[in-house]
Amino acid sequence: MPEKTAATAASTGAEKVTSTAAAPDTALVTKAPKPDKARSLWSDAWHDLRRNPLFLISAGLIVLLIVISAFPGLFTSASPRDADLANHYLGQPNWSHFFQPDWFGYDGQGRSIYARVVYGARASIIVGVGVTALVTILGTLVGMIAGYFGGWIDTLLSRLTDIFMGIPFLLGALVVLTSFEKRAIWVVILALVFLGWTQIARVARGSVITIKQADYVVAAKALGASTTRILTRHVLPNALAPIIVVATIALGGYIAAEATLSFLGVGLAEPTVSWGVDVSSGREQLRNAPHVLIIPSVMVSITVLSFLMFGDAVRNALDPKLR
Amino acid sequence: MGRYVARRLLQMIPVFIGSTFLIFAMMFALPGDPVRALMGDQAFDPAVVEAIRHDRGLDLPLWQQYLKYLFELVQGNFGTEIASQRPIADIIAQAFPVTIRLTLFAFTFTVVVGIGLGIIAGLRPESVRDRGLLALTLVLISMPSFVLGYLMQYLFAFKWGVTTPTVQDSESFGDLLLPAIVLGSLSLAYVARLTRTSMAENLRADYMRTAVAKGLPRRRIIGVHLMRNSLVPVVTFLGTDIGNLMTGAIVTEGIFNVQGVGDAIYEALFRREGATVVGIASLIVLVYLLASLLVDLLYAVLDPRIRYA
Amino acid sequence: MTIIKETAGVPAPRAGGEASGPLLEVRDLHVEFHTRDGVAKAVNGVNYSVDSGETLAVLGESGSGKSVTAQAIMGILDMPPGKIPHGQILFRGQDMLTMSNEERRQIRGRKIAMIFQDALSSLNPVLSVGYQLGEMFRVHQGLSKKDAKAKSIELMDKVKIPAARARIGDYPHQFSGGMRQRIMIAMALALEPDLIIADEPTTALDVTVQAQVMDLLAELQREYNMGLILITHDLGVVADVADKIAVMYAGRIVETAPVHELYKRPAHPYTRGLLDSIPRLDQKGQELYAIKGLPPNLLKIPTGCAFNPRCPKADDICRTEIPALAPVTEQDGSDLPGRGSACHFWKETIHG
Repeated sequence: MPEKTAATAASTGAEKVTSTAAAPDTALVTKAPKPDKARSLWSDAWHDLRRNPLFLISAGLIVLLIVISAFPGLFTSASPRDADLANHYLGQPNWSHFFQPDWFGYDGQGRSIYARVVYGARASIIVGVGVTALVTILGTLVGMIAGYFGGWIDTLLSRLTDIFMGIPFLLGALVVLTSFEKRAIWVVILALVFLGWTQIARVARGSVITIKQADYVVAAKALGASTTRILTRHVLPNALAPIIVVATIALGGYIAAEATLSFLGVGLAEPTVSWGVDVSSGREQLRNAPHVLIIPSVMVSITVLSFLMFGDAVRNALDPKLR
Repeated sequence: MGRYVARRLLQMIPVFIGSTFLIFAMMFALPGDPVRALMGDQAFDPAVVEAIRHDRGLDLPLWQQYLKYLFELVQGNFGTEIASQRPIADIIAQAFPVTIRLTLFAFTFTVVVGIGLGIIAGLRPESVRDRGLLALTLVLISMPSFVLGYLMQYLFAFKWGVTTPTVQDSESFGDLLLPAIVLGSLSLAYVARLTRTSMAENLRADYMRTAVAKGLPRRRIIGVHLMRNSLVPVVTFLGTDIGNLMTGAIVTEGIFNVQGVGDAIYEALFRREGATVVGIASLIVLVYLLASLLVDLLYAVLDPRIRYA
Repeated sequence: MTIIKETAGVPAPRAGGEASGPLLEVRDLHVEFHTRDGVAKAVNGVNYSVDSGETLAVLGESGSGKSVTAQAIMGILDMPPGKIPHGQILFRGQDMLTMSNEERRQIRGRKIAMIFQDALSSLNPVLSVGYQLGEMFRVHQGLSKKDAKAKSIELMDKVKIPAARARIGDYPHQFSGGMRQRIMIAMALALEPDLIIADEPTTALDVTVQAQVMDLLAELQREYNMGLILITHDLGVVADVADKIAVMYAGRIVETAPVHELYKRPAHPYTRGLLDSIPRLDQKGQELYAIKGLPPNLLKIPTGCAFNPRCPKADDICRTEIPALAPVTEQDGSDLPGRGSACHFWKETIHG
């Protein structure tokens, strides 16, 4: 199946390129304005991104989230683990008490939800960024080797990708993670990487196969460039755009996955502060004190949303087909 | 075509074996011992434990255990649970229909609403309604299903009292409506976006210009020329998504207390009943593989440029 | 092939010739595209006309506005970003630009049809050619599926596709380039339109196939006495087929002439440059002439004559004043019917 779908993707892709190139004067009119300085894909993308409000908002939110997770102490004086059951059991939020410990109320153990939300950001960001980085490296490597060398190496790696793809993500993660008694954050990261690399591998393989047939690669080969040089100087830089697009969009998904797994009780666990754990512990009081569950849920959603918007903006900027 | 199907079915075998073996191996690595769990807190005779383990083949090396398991599985024998002594086939027979119903319900919802929204947005790229839909799908995608699930449960059951918080009757479509919407929402958002993008892209294709030049009415240009081309990637996505829907049910079924596959697998995981987990997982993998085969066949029907190679 | 005025009279004008005057007339047409880098002026005041049975060749480099003009006539410009701020397109005396969408749709395909350059991407890849041909009859004439199929087979025979009956269910990608272009021609011909616009119909084809397709097109045009607008950048294609030629540059017509006169005595330096850049056997071994420079950026069309930066004859006046399309005459002032040039120095060019 991957053989065929990749080939189709490549062929339809090629067709689209020729069709736009062959389109009559309209296409030339829109292309014509750029001869003065040849804009590269990346600088063109940056030009677009700088004036995209969605990108600016999401980038701002992401920076804020990173600062919060690096220096949670800057945002709250309260500790996420201080419990005062006597005074604060399920305390209601005080929406006007900005940045105060009681801003978002208290949970079932009398802990400040605001403080927990602030301290919980770190887990989400580390998992999201860590998984994305590792998945991108691993996936690109596998995809590039399979796509470039072809033959039995490709067959082997593609079947391996198929096998991992055959395991539904959530089910696989559940099984992997239950086999760990103690689940530190790196265990969760590795489990997600273990199951998540296939997507990038397929994208990388597909674009490497297309690039491999490009004239500049054929020329480099004919000129006697070494395989490593071709891979690092020609293939990788040109295959990077679709990989980055998929990776940025997937990042939000990994954060959601961590929260879901923690919620199911197989991801992070106390005493690690994590939004998923908090959502999970808030479910008993959903009827009486919905804020305990809803506030960390909203935080997860906002974080995922920021990364999604970011990824979306990057994709629109990098994918000339969508222009 | 028949030969192609046969070859694809053959190709599926190693993938099926690989995937199930991976799950099997992971279950094997699980700490905790169902036999020990069976004994509870009572003092037990190590010899008895050993005997049971031997009886079950749990003392064999991993690959032998797996081969044995696979051999039984091919004959339709899923084995029995260690603690409860229930045949796993029974558990599956009870749980699968519930989940299949839920999944199909969610799938239908995804297809109808997702493609519908995608068409509405895709016909007018960059319009207000297009941007509105993109925003809506972004929100849906960014809400993990447990968030959406509890939000719906809180609003519909606790706040407005429209429904019961959990599903009482898994045969009733009315009861399954809320879980199905929650389960399908993520896919729905993806389908809507995919349809939208695909349509917006094809809208600029040369053959669309030809269709206009032929003087065809707009309805026909959109309905025949645009849709046939635009739905190809959507169908591909839908096929690979069935497996995700079925496992997504783990969360949804938990929230709404539906006694389906997700519920069964979750239970089994915590009782360390490896055979149950692997059995159910194998079936899900099989569904996933068959669905992707179906998609490939459909793909070739929808796009004649694809040849069965 | 005879020249304009004569052909117009020979076979009687086809049905419904209520208004006298040309079949299609474009008057002072302007088209611009609003892109994020500014307004690209693709067509800047084009005038031309075609009669029944007449072939007008519109010649020009890519970006000269020849295809955009055709798309404007056909009503298939993408608007936005395209815009028609000015001009009229009269079909049998009626301005199509003021018609309702439905009125225009009735004309498209039925009265005016178009043949595109790249048949592979212009035919729908997922529908069989039989379906795409039959669609014309089913939609415009309400024929049944069966009748439409019979008509489609007839059409495919007409454009000389071998084994038409057997291939009616095939898809575009299963045909060769030449056959695909024949299908495009068949599709345009289906309802026997009054006018066919062929946009670079042979550019994507092999040279040997080019001639066959061109011959077929010319033959069918004669048979049905249709008007034909042939858009091309290939002077070689034009010579045998066209009656008159309009040469376009930067969205304007720079020269018009009956076909053979243009070849003999061009009256615009641009046309001369185009003719000189055709490789000729008798000049084997000599360096091939090429017009220096690049076509203008449509966002920043040079002031004065748009061709002045590339023109060997350019003078100060060329940089400031836009030359109008003026009638070209013999040295003694006698008329040269159908000839015009938009050059300040047309006299020197044609007689010099």
